[in-house]
Amino acid sequence: MALIEARSLVKTYRMGDQVVHALNDVSLDIGEGEFVAIMGASGSGKSTLMNILGCLDRPSAGTLRLAGEEVEGLDGDALASIRNRRIGFVFQQFNLLPRTSAADNVELPMVYAGVKPAERRTRALAALQRVGLGDRAMHTPAELSGGQQQRVAIARALVNQPRLILADEPTGALDTQTSEDIMRLLAELNAQGMTIVMVTHEADIAMWARRRIVFRDGRIVEDRPQPPRMAAVAEAA
Amino acid sequence: MNLLTALLAALRALGTNWLRSMLTMLGIIIGVAAVITMIAIGGGAQARVEEQMKSLGTNIMLVLPGAQTTGGVRLGAQTGQTLTEEDARAIAAEVPEVQAAAPSLRTGAQVVAANANWSTSVMGTTPEYLEVRDWPLAAGRSFDAAEMAGSGKVVVIGQTVAQQLFGDADPIDQVIRVRKAPLQVIGMLERKGQNSMGQDQDDVIVVPLSTFRNRVQGMSAGRIKRVGAISVKIREGQSMTDAGEKMRELLRQRHRLQSGADDDFSIRNLTEMLQAQEESSRVMALLLAAVAGVSLVVGGIGIMNIMLVSVTERTREIGLRMAVGARSRDILGQFLIEAVTMSLVGGAIGIVLGMAATWAIGSLAGWQVLLSAESILLAVGFSAAVGVFFGFYPARRAAALLPIQALRHE
Repeated sequence: MALIEARSLVKTYRMGDQVVHALNDVSLDIGEGEFVAIMGASGSGKSTLMNILGCLDRPSAGTLRLAGEEVEGLDGDALASIRNRRIGFVFQQFNLLPRTSAADNVELPMVYAGVKPAERRTRALAALQRVGLGDRAMHTPAELSGGQQQRVAIARALVNQPRLILADEPTGALDTQTSEDIMRLLAELNAQGMTIVMVTHEADIAMWARRRIVFRDGRIVEDRPQPPRMAAVAEAA
Repeated sequence: MNLLTALLAALRALGTNWLRSMLTMLGIIIGVAAVITMIAIGGGAQARVEEQMKSLGTNIMLVLPGAQTTGGVRLGAQTGQTLTEEDARAIAAEVPEVQAAAPSLRTGAQVVAANANWSTSVMGTTPEYLEVRDWPLAAGRSFDAAEMAGSGKVVVIGQTVAQQLFGDADPIDQVIRVRKAPLQVIGMLERKGQNSMGQDQDDVIVVPLSTFRNRVQGMSAGRIKRVGAISVKIREGQSMTDAGEKMRELLRQRHRLQSGADDDFSIRNLTEMLQAQEESSRVMALLLAAVAGVSLVVGGIGIMNIMLVSVTERTREIGLRMAVGARSRDILGQFLIEAVTMSLVGGAIGIVLGMAATWAIGSLAGWQVLLSAESILLAVGFSAAVGVFFGFYPARRAAALLPIQALRHE
């Protein structure tokens, strides 16, 4: 059973008189432990697919199953619960709470999961340790570099032990070297068994994934496995 | 998300913009302080009227002589000399509602004791007067029958006079001179305080009516039975109006007034006057509280305004919280708690400020104030209610956001 089973997803927007098909009959299976890069020009529908996979948005038609659970027809609270338990989000703009310490930011998903404060702190520190920021737990986002902020965001995505991480342009706001560090971190997480779906429009970022899906005009035009760059790096080392 | 976590988060959110939070709370602070102060002032005014009612005695009516007419010219009220001691006796004997009636005469006089002297009011009356006024003796005794009949050289003095003439020494059995008459102090009245006009009721000395006539005033024989006023106490549970009507009938009959003639006396219901005053002070207190309540509502609107701004500013934060698993009711709770926290903190500051203002008004302006626990509870309850009421709409707006729209918000 695939972790993600999407069948005939359609998403249409009405812009004035025009009906825009952001997704046009997209079917897709993503299995446990995959590392998928979704590519395409802006407006090709890749972000729309991400939002639907992340239960942030609902498809106009079609069905979606996450880990065997039918998402269609669930109410807002149930979707919130799925996001909380099953999915970790990584955004282009990090989306950390300002003036709030890294540890408190990482604790946020656990707050809504109802975890006790003491356990929250322990788990948040462990997650920060895992992304290499164990010594920055009390820093606020303003005191952290872009790459460090994205690591905090990844720690936040990991902390509820989801099975899927959705990364929307995770390196879009970072320089090349930092981007490489973040991608290495994601690749490591994938190597530890985490399923990662990442949207990007940069080809060399997509190289890190083991499967590449290309979108154009709301349809999948290319879907093929690729040798991950991680392997190349490891071989070179 | 438990309450403590939510409260801490709310305090932190308010703290990050503390100047704005303070300014927003100012409305609630002023409102709560105003409500507490105004209720204290209104309560004080009411308590004062109640004290006056108590000091006046209950169920009191006053009969005063009417206007005199000399050759068709009507002189002012109380110029007549129409009331007599017999009238008082008749009222007490013939009107069943009347418990006691005391005739009295009054004048001002200089009183001297050893090397101290004091100008005070001298009242000539009967022992019933003290019963009518519910005015017990603090020490000593009242007049006896022999003293009443034979112009006894005795006097009962008020607290203020005692203080002025004797200081803290015991005035009983001392001799004071009133005009030229030496009188022995046989009793001292309890403290009564101010009356409704602000006069000191304890600045008085009381002598038997005969003593007043013969030793203090030295009146001519022709007016021997005239009195200045008759104080009447109506029995508990009897109608003051009925009693007043019967007294009027009796006096008209005794004064042989034609059916068309005006009364040559007037009857006043003092208790009723004070009740009217009490009623008006209660209305005043209510009005003050209502005006103060309006400022609380205005403060609440301030909170709503800032919460709406805050929801708009923090739309991305709301989106993120939803993305990591916050349900609508978590977001609703978060913003509601922020609004209520703001109004409760404002309320707490307002209570302190209101208590300080009440104290300042009480001690600086010398007004009587009454700070009640109820008014503080009311203020706290009201400010919490304001927080919930005016915080609900912005919180609902935040909770109703769709996660994807909130996240994309610029």
